[in-house]
Parts: sequence; structure tokens; C-alpha cells
Amino acid sequence: MFDLADIWAAIIAFAVLTYVIMDGFDLGIGILFPFLKTEHERDLAMNSVAPVWDGNETWLVMGGGGLLAVFPLAYAIVLPALYMPITLMLLALIFRGVAFEFRWRTKRWKPVWDVAFIGGSTTAAFCQGIALGALVQGIKVADRAYAGGWWDWLSPFSILTGFAVVIGYALLGATWLVMKTEGDINAQMRKYATPLAIGTLALIGVVSLLTPLQNPVYFERWFTWPQMGFSMIVPALLLCATYVLFKGLRSGKDVSPFLASLSIFILCFAGIGISFYPNIIPPSLSIQEAAAPDSSLEFALVGTVILLPLILGYTAYAYWVFRGKMDPDEGYH
Amino acid sequence: MFDSFSAEMLARMQFAFTISFHIIFPAFSIGLANFLAVLNALWLATGNDTYRVLFDYWKKIFAVAFAMGVVSGITMSYQFGTNWSVFSDKAGPVIGPLMAYEVLSAFFLEAGFLGIMLFGRERVGHKLHMFATAMVAFGTLMSATWILSVNSWMQTPAGFAMNDQGQFIPEDWWAIVFNPSFPYRLTHMVIAAFLTTSFVVGGVAGWHLLRDHTNAATRKMFSMALWMAAIVAPIQIFVGDMHGLNTLEHQPVKVMAMEGHFDSHPDGAPLILFGIPNEAEKRVDYAVQIPKLSSLILKHHLDAPLDGLDTIDDADEPPIAIVFFSFRIMVGIGFAMLGVGIWSLWARYQGRLYDAKWLHRVAVIMAPSGFVAVLAGWITTEVGRQPFTVYGLLRTSESLAPVAAPAVATSLIAFIITYFFVFGAGTFYLLRLMSYVPENNPFPGEPKEIAHV
Repeated sequence: MFDLADIWAAIIAFAVLTYVIMDGFDLGIGILFPFLKTEHERDLAMNSVAPVWDGNETWLVMGGGGLLAVFPLAYAIVLPALYMPITLMLLALIFRGVAFEFRWRTKRWKPVWDVAFIGGSTTAAFCQGIALGALVQGIKVADRAYAGGWWDWLSPFSILTGFAVVIGYALLGATWLVMKTEGDINAQMRKYATPLAIGTLALIGVVSLLTPLQNPVYFERWFTWPQMGFSMIVPALLLCATYVLFKGLRSGKDVSPFLASLSIFILCFAGIGISFYPNIIPPSLSIQEAAAPDSSLEFALVGTVILLPLILGYTAYAYWVFRGKMDPDEGYH
Repeated sequence: MFDSFSAEMLARMQFAFTISFHIIFPAFSIGLANFLAVLNALWLATGNDTYRVLFDYWKKIFAVAFAMGVVSGITMSYQFGTNWSVFSDKAGPVIGPLMAYEVLSAFFLEAGFLGIMLFGRERVGHKLHMFATAMVAFGTLMSATWILSVNSWMQTPAGFAMNDQGQFIPEDWWAIVFNPSFPYRLTHMVIAAFLTTSFVVGGVAGWHLLRDHTNAATRKMFSMALWMAAIVAPIQIFVGDMHGLNTLEHQPVKVMAMEGHFDSHPDGAPLILFGIPNEAEKRVDYAVQIPKLSSLILKHHLDAPLDGLDTIDDADEPPIAIVFFSFRIMVGIGFAMLGVGIWSLWARYQGRLYDAKWLHRVAVIMAPSGFVAVLAGWITTEVGRQPFTVYGLLRTSESLAPVAAPAVATSLIAFIITYFFVFGAGTFYLLRLMSYVPENNPFPGEPKEIAHV
């Protein structure tokens, strides 16, 4: 029942999810940057992701490049549809990406690159949320091309999802720093994590309630058998993750809040998957229609099956090398 | 500001602008990553601390250049969709998997081991650090391999069929990856990256030698850079010639534009050294030419006939003047590089390599020449491919996304402002890093090594 196109949909979904949770916490650090008062705290927060941010962002290239490879039609429709938020996101990622290096190369302009880091991270997160909202709303397709207008992506709903992603990434960033730091900054981030978690969960709730209004099909996908059996597991697990998150924050745990926050993102992503399947672009482009010919899917799959486990292996190794609490006196630069 | 341009022209300008900025960084980081791997290996093998000083010196410069390459590259992977979605839909089944392989086998490798290479020596030990450094260098070469396969396929498409939707359907992946121009283009570009880097390294060394010709690290890198130039520049000219012959076989119109051959020459074509192509009158004004030499170079026979642009429909011709000039800039720089290489051999033979002030001055002037040559070469081959995206099969005008001119113009302006601001600052920081003397702990205010955990 699963063919090549479905397998590829799963791989692309995995790449996008990996991007969201990995770049999520380092974009979150950029969003929280204004609340770090001393230069030393900012240095520490940035250093906690300096060795890994580049790898995290590579998953975004994998999402885009992979989509072009195996779902070229989806790629060709979604990018013109999201022209402005995508372009803005790319520009924002340029500012925040170079800030990692430029910040250390200058005294006088350090505040300028701090602003680039904050603005770039926040804008990129917001644009990603807008893109999500615009996809959920649905994209007009006619004749193998985007058929809507230039502002179709902009709506109260997509702005809401934009805010949801910014707050959610901030939660990931805060719990990451709880895990990676000690002392004042740890306490400060722990304090922030609670309202951020409440905000994230509230926005997840509102977005979930509004989603069926975008298209009644979503409602059917959640509440008809046999999908309902699976779809009810997601909110149940979400409750568990929420419990672990708040318990961990309250009882002074350092690692469990971050893992629980990651779980919340993974579950939301699964929820979106349940809403979309079997479409790749709602409301009308299916995974099958968008798929490249089998010869493309097969050729790309052979290498992916070999390389993806290797990538996960050495990525995990890189995280392992830089594991544990940051030494406040240690500078990578 | 761009009122008079069509969406197609604006999208082409945007692609040309963003890819030109982007290629500068890989051209540098491919060479530099491999230089760093060699330096680290030499330090481990010989224990000579000069290599370690140089490794730490160029490592910082690499980190800044690499970051700029990454962020300007992400833009490229999405621009195919935003501005060229019809091309993406049609060519995606062929070029998409090749780009996916670039991400999987190169980008992840570079990114995954970069952190360890830059920050991890004290945490993982010298052996694993050497491994990470080698993986980053290997990743840059893998990246070049896949993306040049993609570009070469667009120049000399092979191994595909067409379906009803006008999509290119892959049939023979071996023929696609190893399409006719790929081996030549890949070799030419990788050598170009090595040459570019060696002239940057040589220029920085020349700058410091003019101030202090006794510094061991400066002398070492000047010597290494100019060995590279002396050995690789002639190889590059030879490879470039082979690449040109391959282009003549598969894309003769491009060669006509490069040569400025508006007219056919049934009994031996002249080599036009200089001139100004006059596209309206279809001739080269003020041409300085050597009779029959073009036929000798391209056909290895003085009297061999060569067709000119008069045999080609105007609608199938690229812009002639751009291709004509950019080709001459590239070739001119190539021969200048060869000259510097030979000069350095002479100075070395006389034992004056570190005292030859004029050689050092010329090395400083030539420091950015590789970038100019790389850009000129790419302009030659890319503009020469026009008016097609997939040569002979898919026209540029039929590749465009359903975009409106104002949207493309707005994003083009945003890219121009961002790139000049961000990469202008980046270039300033790179130059400042290069202005520090290579020695232990060269950069003010920074700890030399990371403390143990």
C-alpha cells in the first residue's frame, strides 16, 4: 500500500521536521537574545549552538533540494505561492547566519550583528510560521502552476501561525539553554520557559480549533475511522509531554524540559501530517500527482538509504562531542 | 528603478547577481579547505609548528568565508522554485536528484564536521580532528562534483526522454551524471578554485613579506602558494583548451560567440585577439587578429573551415559581446597567472623568492585575480548557453515562474541591498583577518586555544 512516492513523502517530512526542531532551538536563542542582558551571557548562548547551527540549517536545504528532486511539481507550485515569505526568510537567514561569525570579528559593530541575529532569527521563524499557515489554508493550483495572487498567503490565520512558531521556537531555545547552562542564565531561562510553554500550548490549541474552519476536509481526516484511532493518540501524547515539561521545569530538571518541548513540536508536526495526507499541498495536489517519475525516485532513494543513517550518525557524534554544560570561561572563538 | 524590464529579464538579473556572489565563496572555500587539510597533515607528520600557525591563521578566515558561502547558497536552492518554477517542474526529475545527492553527500558532511574542525581539536584529539578536517575538504569536492554535473547536464543534456507534460524523464543516470561536458567542466572548476585560493594565499603572504621577510610562517605560505601557481596554472590552460574543444563539439554557437566569428570561414578562421563586437552590424570592430590561428587551435589545421554565426538563426544566439569579452578576461588572467608562476620559479632558482619585492607586489595585485577569472569563466559559459536553460531544448523564456515583474524587482532590490551590506562587511572582516601577521596567537583579544572541559 505504500509506494515510492509515499516513502519519499515520509523522508521529506522527516527532513522538514528535523529542520524545525534543530534550527528551532537555535532560532529560538536568537529570539531570546534581547532578554540576555550581559555580553557574556549572549556570548555563552551563541557559543552553545556555534558548532552545530550550520548542520541544523542544512536540513532546510535538504527539504528544499529534496522537494525539487522528488516532488518537483510541489516545489514549482509552493515557492511562487509563498514568494514573499520565502524570500524574506532567506534574507533573514543571511543576516542571522553571518552574525555567528561577524559578531566575533568586531568590537564596534558587535551590537549591529546582535540586532542582525535577533531580527534575522525572529523574522525567519515568523516567515516559517506564515508559510505553514498559508499551506494549511490551501494553495490554488491550475495547469501545473500556482494560480493564486501575490498576497494569498497573508491572512489572520497565517499571522497567528507565524506568532505560534516564534513563541514555540523561543520555548525550544529557552529549554535548550536550561539544558546547556548553569547559574543566572539557567535560572532566567527556566523562569521564561513557563510562560512560553503556556503561550505555545494556547496557540497550538487555537490553531487546532481554527484549522477545520480552513477546510472541512481536515475535520473528516481527524474524526473518521480508521484514522481516528491514530489521530487520538496525538493529543493524548501531547498531554503527557506537557506534564513532563511543567514537572521538569518546576522540579529543577535540566534535560527533560528540552526533550518534552521537542516532543510537543514532533506531535504537532504529526498532527499536520494527519491533516494533509494524502495531499502534499492542500487542498488539491496529492503526493502521487506531485511525484517525479519512478526513475528519479529510485535513483535518489538508493543513496538516501545509505547516506541518511551515516548523516544521522555523524551529526549525533558532533552533538556528543560538544555535550554537557557550557563552561562559562570557554570560548569557541 | 527597474520599470523597463520584463519579469524574465529581472529574474535573470536576480539569478546572475545571487549566483555570482555565491560562487566567489565556494571558489575560495574549496581551495582553502584542502589547503587546511594539507597544512594540518603536514603539521602532524613533521611536527613543524609553522604549519600549525598557518592552520590556525587560515582556519579563522575559512570560517568567515564558509558562513557566507552557506547563507548565500541556501538562497540558490530556493530561487529555482520562486523565479524558475516551470524549469523546476520540467527539469526537476533530472537535476533534482543530483542536487539532493549534493546535500546528502557534501553539505551534511561539511556542516557535520565543520564544528569539530573549527572548535573541537582539544575535545577529540589530533587524529579525529585530522579526520574531520579531511571530511570538510572532501565535502567541498563532492559538492563541486554534483553541482557541476547539474550545470553540465544543462549545457550538454543526455540520458533522458520527454513525457507528455514536457518533463525531462531520466532514463540512464550514468549518462546524465557523466554527460559529455561534465569531466572537463569539473576539472576546470576545481583547478580554478585551487588557483584562486593559491593567489589569495600568495597575495596575503606577499603583503606580509613586503613588511617583514623573515617571518617563517609568511615565507612558508608564500612558497606553498607559488609552487601551486607554477604547477597548476599551465595545467589549467591545458584543461581549459580541452574544455573549449569539448564546447566546440557540443555547443558550437557558444564558441562562435567566444571567438567573435560572425562570418563563416571556409578556408581557415582568424584568431581575434581584441576587438569590439558590433552585434547590430554583425562584425567585430577594431579587430586585432592573427590569420588562421583559430582554425589551428580549434581544429588543429590551418585551413580547416569554421562556421560562423551567419549559419545560426538570430533567435538561437546568445548575447555575443558579453561572451566575447568575459572569455578574453578569463584567458588573459590565466596567462598572467602562468607568468607569475614562471617568475616565481626563476626567483626561487636564484634564491631570491623571499627578497624579490616586485614579485611580492605583483602577488598582492594578483590576489583577487582568481575571483575575477572564475566569474568571467562562468559568465562565458552561462551567457553562452542562452537563450536556453537546458541547451537546445528548453528556452529561458519558457522556464520562468508565473511571477509579476514588480515582485521580482522588489526582491532583486532587497537582495542587492542585503548582499552589499552583509558581504561588504564580511569582505572587510576577511581583509582585516588577513592583515594580521601569521604567528602564534595572531588575532588580538582572542584566546589561542579552547580550554579542556
